[in-house]
Amino acid sequence: MNLKGRSFLTILRDVERGSISPDDVNEYYYRNALALNNTINAYITLIKPQQSSSDGPLRGIGIAVKDNISTRGIRTTCASRMLENYVPPYDATAVERLKNNGGSILGKTNMDEFAMGSSGENSAFGPTRNPINTDYVPGGSSSGSAAAVAAEMAPIALGSDTGGSIRAPASFTGTVGFKPSYGAVSRYGLIAYANSLEVIGVISKTVKDAELLFKMIAGRDLRDSTSFNVDLTSRDVGRPRILVLRSFVRMADERVQKVFYDSISKLERAGFIFDYLDEFREIDYVLSSYYTIACAEASTNLSRYDGIRYGPRLDVAGNWRSYIEAARGFFGSEVKARIMMGTFILSAGYYETYYLKALQIRKEIRAEFERIMKGYDAVYIPTMPVLPWKIGEGIRDPKMAYAADVLTVLPNLTGSPAISIPVGKSGEFFVGGQFIGLRGDDMKIISIASEAENALEVVRHE
Amino acid sequence: MNEVKIGLEVHVQLVNLRTKLFCSCSSDYRGKPPNVNVCPVCTGLPGSMPSLNKKAVEEALKIAILLNAQPYPVSYFFRKSYFYPDLPKNFQITQYDKAGGYPLAHDGSLKLTSGKVVRIERIHLEEDPGRIVYEGSRATARYSLIDYNRSGIALVEIVTAPDMSSAEEARDFVERLTQGLEDIGMNIKEFEGALRVDVNVSYAGGERVEIKNITGASSVEKAVIYEVFRQKTLYEKGIRVERETRAWDEKRRITISSRSKEFEEEYRYMPEPDLPPIVISESLIERIKDEIKGSYEQRYESLLKDGINEELARKISSNRELYRIYELISSEDSSLKDVAASVLANELSYLMKRDSIERLPDDVSGLVKILMNYDRLPDHSTVVEHLRKWIRGEEVVIKTAVPEAEDLKKEIEEIVRENYSRIKDLEYNKKFEYLMGILIRKYGKERKKALVSALAEILSEMK
Ligand SMILES: [Zn+2]
Repeated sequence: MNLKGRSFLTILRDVERGSISPDDVNEYYYRNALALNNTINAYITLIKPQQSSSDGPLRGIGIAVKDNISTRGIRTTCASRMLENYVPPYDATAVERLKNNGGSILGKTNMDEFAMGSSGENSAFGPTRNPINTDYVPGGSSSGSAAAVAAEMAPIALGSDTGGSIRAPASFTGTVGFKPSYGAVSRYGLIAYANSLEVIGVISKTVKDAELLFKMIAGRDLRDSTSFNVDLTSRDVGRPRILVLRSFVRMADERVQKVFYDSISKLERAGFIFDYLDEFREIDYVLSSYYTIACAEASTNLSRYDGIRYGPRLDVAGNWRSYIEAARGFFGSEVKARIMMGTFILSAGYYETYYLKALQIRKEIRAEFERIMKGYDAVYIPTMPVLPWKIGEGIRDPKMAYAADVLTVLPNLTGSPAISIPVGKSGEFFVGGQFIGLRGDDMKIISIASEAENALEVVRHE
Repeated sequence: MNEVKIGLEVHVQLVNLRTKLFCSCSSDYRGKPPNVNVCPVCTGLPGSMPSLNKKAVEEALKIAILLNAQPYPVSYFFRKSYFYPDLPKNFQITQYDKAGGYPLAHDGSLKLTSGKVVRIERIHLEEDPGRIVYEGSRATARYSLIDYNRSGIALVEIVTAPDMSSAEEARDFVERLTQGLEDIGMNIKEFEGALRVDVNVSYAGGERVEIKNITGASSVEKAVIYEVFRQKTLYEKGIRVERETRAWDEKRRITISSRSKEFEEEYRYMPEPDLPPIVISESLIERIKDEIKGSYEQRYESLLKDGINEELARKISSNRELYRIYELISSEDSSLKDVAASVLANELSYLMKRDSIERLPDDVSGLVKILMNYDRLPDHSTVVEHLRKWIRGEEVVIKTAVPEAEDLKKEIEEIVRENYSRIKDLEYNKKFEYLMGILIRKYGKERKKALVSALAEILSEMK
């Protein structure tokens, strides 16, 4: 059985017809995953598929799940030593919904520890490698989910996106990464990094694949008070009106800009209508407000990992305070750095200066985004400002790694749906472009991205 | 100016809720084996999220209204961060009045027995931490055991202004508050530790010392007496009182330093991103006001106005349920209110205590039957037995010698004859009304129809 290049949708169609069996599908991806994981390191935990007996639409086919999404009975590590043996007693709502649709879990994918990072290198289980060239990073933090889909190690995957964690690795691996509107998918069971910014989404080969899985996991969940029933009816946009934010595009390097502007010409020929905006008033504050809010929330979210209930046993003299101090050493350096920044931001005297100001700026960014979107269906900008870098390069220059997020954090601040698709190639690597819409317009963004995907034909899928 | 200033922070568990504040685990943790009422939310498992129990807001609002406090239309939850082993997330979800936050309600008051008014600064909702349990004594135990059954139980914190100036006033505040909470049906007296107090004491304008976690009004009084004595002694020796947190040692009856200023925590408050704001509408406030129907004072006053004597009025108004039933009866048949007051304050209140009954049936027809026949019931235990049947929803059958139709007619004729001299000059309707009054008192309201026809027959025969 060879399913190379096949989209999830066509596989499901063939399973439905009876021309392939779900067990064949599981066998194909499991074998690939086993064979490639030593090099790619996409999975932290791989699960041998059971014989499928499901009647649900997913027919028992295994799906890759990022290792910060809780899975009952399957360890969920967040790629951290702190949780290396943590087995959740419950399923995240998104996982529960996949199972209710007949899905099963193929494995838990590698990631930047606690989703902190854009390269996939900050993992206690070693870096994930880019299947296109294994000397390079695959992007993060959903590095394993994207690499698994790109390398035929999974038919489709769940990821999470706090500041670009789905779209960045999709862009670097030539896959599709869909970050739904904030609240469109329940976060219950997603191990929190920055609650007010993140959402669970999909990494897939095609936009239609992402749409299929998104519809299964979307919708209000009583266990997540921030979730809502997003409109899931198909939206045909006709000739989409697209706004290009030049001030964002300018932050990308020349190779990325070239591919990006080429894609615009092709899309214009396909009927897309483009307008250009030079100034986005709050652009200088997008990254700093994002990191201020994310680190503050992270510092409290990660307080619970005090070594008493999580992490390996330690032999420490003294009281519980000394124990906690020692146990916090299980965090990797990036996590420690963000906890320290967050702790500083929330401390007396700095709270108003940094945290409250960042919340205020987020409000203004939202207002500004809504203002510029008037009359347009979507904003279009590159996903990553650079091409994948070599493993180790980003760690030498952390400021460069943070700056790589400059194009992806905007939708997290505005709660917008955003989808990254491959829009061209530069050398051996793909360049990703993202369509961003108003919160709740998920189906509109999906429809536009699907049209663009067809028009650009960057990657051919059966 | 050697004055004593005392302010209290009272934590009240919402024991009526049955579930915890942010999950649906049972809040009944007393006497349970450890860690049975737990779930991912109240043990703070990675990925779990709180979702607010709306009933908790309503219960907290009852307390706010009881204490004449003003609810904020919109208030927020905050994370209060500190590391402690009984706190599963190492932050507590609470409310905060700074950093852009608002508590549930503000600016209330409570009147002490002396008539002095203590100001309430704010009232807010928060979650209770778990419990640390030691095998044997804390000093010798090999392990600290943690029980999360209590973790996540809804607490209302009531913060007073430093308006009390003696240990007696502090005790009186706690007693009056407890009584008030009982009045609005909070039921806290029965539950050990459902009301816990932190006391702030300062002497002669000195630093404020906080004594944490005292249970019960008399312990509050003892702790304040000791602490004032301690601070006064230091003051007179010219030693400065340090700002610190102390613990009350119930056995030795002293306060012990538990955390000095240099270790004072920084709580790093921030808004809880997983919970939407609490929105309180005017209509909700009205509904809650209606539900708790005024205070003890209001109930007492209205019973006196009804002509009920002070002793009975006190008994009935101290129990909201009794008062509710009293109101139902007196609106059904106001002629029954005296007998109702007596039965409610005596037999019914005895029975409620004996069988720990909290709620009485809304259908009071069985009770009406008992009250109408009260004079004919031989003793208190028979009354109690009938009341028990009514509460259980069984039919109340009062066996008196009920005559058959023919005998009934004879008996009525007898009664008419006995009273004939007093009614013979009345017009027919008045005559009828007077005789019916006697008959209903004797045979009961439920036989009214039979009585009317029998009497009509007799009177027409007599014409
Ligand atoms: Zn619970």
